[in-house]
Amino acid sequence: MKGALQVVASSSICMIQDLGRIGQQRFGVPVSGALDSVSLRIANALVGNSDGTAALEMFYRGPTLEVAAESVRVASIGAPLTVASRGASRPVAAGQSVRVTRGERIRVGLCDASLVAYLAIEGGFALPGFLGSLSTFVRAGLGGIDGRPLKKGDALPLALASAPERNERRVPAAWNLAPPARVRVVFGPQDDYFSERGKRTFTESTYTVSMQSDRMGMRLEGPALEHAKGFNIVSDGTAPGSIQVPGNGLPIVLLADRPTTGGYPKIATVASADLPALGRLRPDAKIGFDAISVEEAEAARRELEARIAELRASLKRSAAAE
Amino acid sequence: MRVPESTVRLLSNGDTALAVEFGEHIGLATSGLVLALYDRLARAALPGVVELLPTFRSLMIHYDPARTSHGAIARQIEPMLGGLEGVRPATRRWTIPVCYDPQFALDLEAVAQRTGLSPAEVIELHSATTYHVYMIGFLPGYPYMGDLPARLALPRRGNPRTQVPAGSVAIATTQTAVYTLQSPGGWHILGRTPVPLWSRQRTPPALLAPGDKVRFAPIAMAEFERLVKQADAGKLDLEPVAE
Repeated sequence: MKGALQVVASSSICMIQDLGRIGQQRFGVPVSGALDSVSLRIANALVGNSDGTAALEMFYRGPTLEVAAESVRVASIGAPLTVASRGASRPVAAGQSVRVTRGERIRVGLCDASLVAYLAIEGGFALPGFLGSLSTFVRAGLGGIDGRPLKKGDALPLALASAPERNERRVPAAWNLAPPARVRVVFGPQDDYFSERGKRTFTESTYTVSMQSDRMGMRLEGPALEHAKGFNIVSDGTAPGSIQVPGNGLPIVLLADRPTTGGYPKIATVASADLPALGRLRPDAKIGFDAISVEEAEAARRELEARIAELRASLKRSAAAE
Repeated sequence: MRVPESTVRLLSNGDTALAVEFGEHIGLATSGLVLALYDRLARAALPGVVELLPTFRSLMIHYDPARTSHGAIARQIEPMLGGLEGVRPATRRWTIPVCYDPQFALDLEAVAQRTGLSPAEVIELHSATTYHVYMIGFLPGYPYMGDLPARLALPRRGNPRTQVPAGSVAIATTQTAVYTLQSPGGWHILGRTPVPLWSRQRTPPALLAPGDKVRFAPIAMAEFERLVKQADAGKLDLEPVAE
């Protein structure tokens, strides 16, 4: 083994995620992947990885990891780090890469405002993955480490034996990674299953994220949406951000571990540019929805991709300039 | 069957997916059209289309909005819809052993009572039908198969079980299915198969695919136990018969 990160303490859910297991939905395999793919991609950019390199997704607070390799470069989005070695410790802000050497410990602190934080590691993990992805899908025991969250005593094998010294990178302060108050949605595919009043209720109300939410779906509490012709459809495909409304009228936004098919009418779908930010919401957070067209949603996504590409380019420039 | 173009609807699922819907109801003709379009699009490999998922009456097209768009895909598939015929050239046929022993068939007695049949007649009806795999969903590898003989059609259980054992063969509405993983579930359980319909050791891990034909063959408990041992040793390789 080239080296590893040793999990010496883990007090909250933490698992390995990348951008998902693509191409298996027709076999009933959920895509999974990071809830907040934007934060994952930025964390990866900070350590020089490609977008889809697997990283740690951590809920509320992160683990403590000991470096069992010559050196490793990491960066967190969503939670600050403390690097500790023999009595001395130094803080490392979220959004800042850092090189850590053998025997030092990386303590990931409390998430700032977000539900989740990401820790990217230069080079990623030396793990086999499953069907082309390292994403952990706990329900079927796929990906990650034995298909489960990390626990104390795990050794995470690293792809690189060491991280060469170079200028560290930092996310410009202009990048807003805060949980949103509103997200954009596109009506459909089954908005005809809702009355006009039901559709109005949806865009004019503020909803509260329920405690019952998980990586599969964000359950919302608030005014019930009025169905127009029942709440059973012939099961069809779901999309990331599909908003299902079962018989109780309360919307459920389908997230990374969503089942590939479903039998409840879907009033709308969250725009893909806004879905990663939605993943930052904690239980009890408030959220509202603004309707836009498919074309507007596609344009918003292209704009997001352009901003991420620009960030990548500027990080490279700043690293070269120093 | 040719596709009457007026009945086809393109349904947007936000900016990353669109569904091509061929009708209102579950049926072999509609499924044939879904699978025929699946075949065409799988061959066409349109730029930016990342996944295709056939379901009962629609084909879900997942796409990358940075590389294509709803409008572009709509334009590209329009000419394909015209000549679509709901017939597939190659079909895989499977015979899947099922043990209908009361130890596994948790709802056989109740199904018999509610349908006015004897348990033996329920087994006979369930295993005498060749089923069409409409889609895989709900769980990895979980096949929705139909159509069930009309006399066996029952609504889902009012009180879903919190834990249905893996391998359970079950029915509800016009469908029959196999639970590929232990899971909560509301279907009526008629038996258990020793054949793993989902296995991480296999490529692809799902045994069945949409369009396959399946028949269930009743087996006794002794045979079930023998086959489970084979399956545990990784030596139960069911082969389909090509049509």
